[in-house]
Amino acid sequence: MAKGEGNLVLTVVVAGLLVAAALLGARAAYEFSHERIEMNQRARLVARLNSVLGPALLNRDLTTTRLSFSDPALLGSATPIDVYVLSDHGQPVATVLSSVAPHGYNAPIDLLVAVGADSSVTGVRAVRYRETPGLGDLIDHEKSRWIEQFRGKTLLAPPREAWLVKQDEGQFDSITGATVTSRAVVAAVKNALLYFEQHRDDIYRAAEVAAASEHEPSL
Amino acid sequence: MSPASNNLRTAVVDGLWRNNLTFVQLLGLSPLFAVTTSVVNGFALGLATAAVLLVTNTVISLVRHVVVPAWRVPLFVLVASALVTVIDLVTNALFNDLHEALGLYVALIVANCALVAQADTVASRRPLAEAALSGLATGLGALGALVLLGGVRELLGHGTLFAGLPMLFGNRTDGFALNLPFSGMLIAVLPPGAFFGMAALLALRARLMQPRAAAPR
Repeated sequence: MAKGEGNLVLTVVVAGLLVAAALLGARAAYEFSHERIEMNQRARLVARLNSVLGPALLNRDLTTTRLSFSDPALLGSATPIDVYVLSDHGQPVATVLSSVAPHGYNAPIDLLVAVGADSSVTGVRAVRYRETPGLGDLIDHEKSRWIEQFRGKTLLAPPREAWLVKQDEGQFDSITGATVTSRAVVAAVKNALLYFEQHRDDIYRAAEVAAASEHEPSL
Repeated sequence: MSPASNNLRTAVVDGLWRNNLTFVQLLGLSPLFAVTTSVVNGFALGLATAAVLLVTNTVISLVRHVVVPAWRVPLFVLVASALVTVIDLVTNALFNDLHEALGLYVALIVANCALVAQADTVASRRPLAEAALSGLATGLGALGALVLLGGVRELLGHGTLFAGLPMLFGNRTDGFALNLPFSGMLIAVLPPGAFFGMAALLALRARLMQPRAAAPR
């Protein structure tokens, strides 16, 4: 048969068959993978939460409750962010805020900021960012230890007016060549602490309510 | 040699080398530039691309006498997107770290113009075996290019080779990565490095082809 011919009826039949095959294939792939994907995501989240908890809280049997809070000014995001409260038999021991540093160099930086029950930072991680490779991306814990400097800090030590990088007369090291990034992260961690300070009771109460209404721990 | 097997041979040689998707047709460059920061990334995306090409070419060739030409591209997109969805879901489930590293680019295979070109110029005109082989060879040619550029950039940019193999082959391959005693030139893994690396590889290929170019085709 010469090129350029074809049969419209047969074409429609073939198209129908291909649509059916495509749907079946996609459905089968979804059935095969969705549980594993959920498991992977959960494992990733647990690993991330563990990475920001201090060594004292690791390997303890903590209940994780996921909450949602919104505060564009302090949490850096126009949309509600996830807040995880980790508690030990009903007693909150740490709160992890997935806050955003809105003024990253190329794009907002998604952070995890963990605050212990004593209001000190137990750890910070940059989980998603588009900072310049080799400079701004040193905020990534896999690439440098810069982000470790927040551990143990509170809004009292250093005092809150010193929550700035050293160039701005603050107390935090900045990454050479990535002052904008460093400023963004320092400010975001400070703001997360401020938010926690102002809303600690709301957060803990919401966690209690959520825990009470759920039979299973959310993680 | 029979004309049929001659055609098959041509399909393989064209796909892999003479008409290489990346180095000769210069198609599908945006995923090439985006993911080739390491050998493993390049290999994974190349494999996915080759698989999609093989299947789309096979299907389009199968229905080539039946389907009205105007319907060919939409049907091709349907097949390719279904396949890409499957690959995307399965890599997300089984090779989660790799899936994170490749980001959107697995899903974007469907928008790879190289695939449309193959479907239109080869699959819709050639018999099944030839179209399938051509798709596979073209895909493997692209895979070669992705791995090569990934290797060059990883070596120069990170000072490593084959880092991240466990993402694809499990922890047995953990110690397999090559670590060179230098930390790498950052530029090689930044976007400009992709262009520099590509230019160097193109120049190298041109150089290799020089004596043969003089001979009559």
